[in-house]
Amino acid sequence: MAQVYSNIVLDHFKNPRNVGEIADADGIGEVGNPVCGDMMNVFIKVEGDRLTDVKFKTFGCGAAIAVSSMITEMAKGKTLDEAMKISNKDVAVALGGLPPNKLHCSNLGADALHSAIKDYYDRKAGKVRILDTGKEEHIASRGALACYCPYCEKQVEEESPFCIFCGKEMSHDHDH
Amino acid sequence: MGLVFLDHLAGTPLHPKVKEAMIHHMETVFGNPSSDHQIGQPASQALEKARGQVAKLINAQPPEIVFNSGGTEGNNHAIKGVAIGLREKGRHIITSNIEHKSVLNSLRTLRLLDYKVTSLDVDHYGLVDPAAVEKAITPDTILISVQLANNEIGTLEAVADIARIAQRRKVIMHSDAVAAVGVIPVDVQELGVNLLSLAANQFYGPPGVGALYIRKGTPVWPLLDGGVQEGKRRAGSENLIGIVGMGMAAEMAALEMPERLPRLRALKERLAQGLLARVPEIRVNGHPTQCLPHLLSVSVEYVEGESLMLMLDDEGIVVATRSACASGSLRASHVLIGTGLDFATAQGTLVFTLGKDNTEADIDRVLELMPGVVQNLRHMSPLYKKEHAGS
Repeated sequence: MAQVYSNIVLDHFKNPRNVGEIADADGIGEVGNPVCGDMMNVFIKVEGDRLTDVKFKTFGCGAAIAVSSMITEMAKGKTLDEAMKISNKDVAVALGGLPPNKLHCSNLGADALHSAIKDYYDRKAGKVRILDTGKEEHIASRGALACYCPYCEKQVEEESPFCIFCGKEMSHDHDH
Repeated sequence: MGLVFLDHLAGTPLHPKVKEAMIHHMETVFGNPSSDHQIGQPASQALEKARGQVAKLINAQPPEIVFNSGGTEGNNHAIKGVAIGLREKGRHIITSNIEHKSVLNSLRTLRLLDYKVTSLDVDHYGLVDPAAVEKAITPDTILISVQLANNEIGTLEAVADIARIAQRRKVIMHSDAVAAVGVIPVDVQELGVNLLSLAANQFYGPPGVGALYIRKGTPVWPLLDGGVQEGKRRAGSENLIGIVGMGMAAEMAALEMPERLPRLRALKERLAQGLLARVPEIRVNGHPTQCLPHLLSVSVEYVEGESLMLMLDDEGIVVATRSACASGSLRASHVLIGTGLDFATAQGTLVFTLGKDNTEADIDRVLELMPGVVQNLRHMSPLYKKEHAGS
């Protein structure tokens, strides 16, 4: 097949760094959803204001796994403030670029890291977060989910002017 | 170690005899079959020879074969051609939820032109119920389009039963048989269809060439308007080099099928049983017996298909995935979802399509590598732990 991914992406995909969980993590981040094809968990260990360990678990395509591996490498040893400044774009650049559709759907590493750091602050403030929440928001905002007919709820083409299954006209004024 | 190619549905390598015939044609003939002079005549003979070879493969009459650019064109031509041809008679068309995109999107276009479409649900094997087809027929129905073999899960539809209903109710019957022709015996007389699409790159012919079988008397308007080629049904100078290749591929498919079929069935069985025995928590998609002999679709729980495909690719095993991520559309396969598979499981789907040159050693290599590749990815997957912590 044509080479879709850069050599850096392939290296991180085939030899991912920092796979696993941290049993006594100080913060856990979770973004994505298996329905969309990608789901990432990031676990962090914090000493002072510094990230001393970062690990990940990811369900997803080659890009999602490489992004997860890269963000753990980039974040390790950084202060929390520095880590909060790492963007999804920075991760893509460090990987030597990602295919356009993967930039949209799989480049969630920084989001997952930031989610873990937020969890750390929340825990410090005494808030307990239940994972798996915020999915609805994610689905609506990321636009990676399929388009469904509002009448018969079957999956349809994104640009389809009508539902192929029930024949009803459809408007596509939602955000994807 | 060489590559193990298990994605024959994407396109087969050329049969040596096909390559030979195409090269011979290129070296000896350049004329246009429509020309009556001495340069045109050998071209015309080559075209008609290929038409005869393809007709024989599906038990049709040669004039009922219209050469085209492949399966997508055949499906577009059949559906839009009947819709235009019978526009005064009716405007309702019946199909299924798991057809190829060239069928579903042709119907999408017709909807814009005020045609009505009924798309039928399938059961969890991917089977269309002929009784449901009959129930969906209205006085306005002009066409039924149901595939012979599904290209993602391999399920064989009861096309002959549906065609009998269509005939009785005086509705035209089309079948997309691209994934089946040249692989399993296909006989248009036994099937009783009016229209049937096929493509050469499914049976060791070149890509970009196919044919539409149009039973004599079927009212099909041309898709491409122009001159008189292909009995006025498909205008434009013929892709004669490709057509010559398709003709030879059809002849070789008919000749070699009795030998190819039992080998493919045995290899598929070896692969399916081996995977089920060695990889926990996987499922085989499609019908257990009513299915293509060379296609195996498996869904691997807790992992995503593109990463599976890339890992296997790295090991020299070439397969296809139906995961949303790899499709470019970011959607799970409409076929897998149509059979009732949940989105997460559908994401972990691999489609193996075997070919005439695959060996037991190829299958054994897959069986040797799959458990490790799957375990490696599951080790990374947050879903794996969750499921197992919950049990």
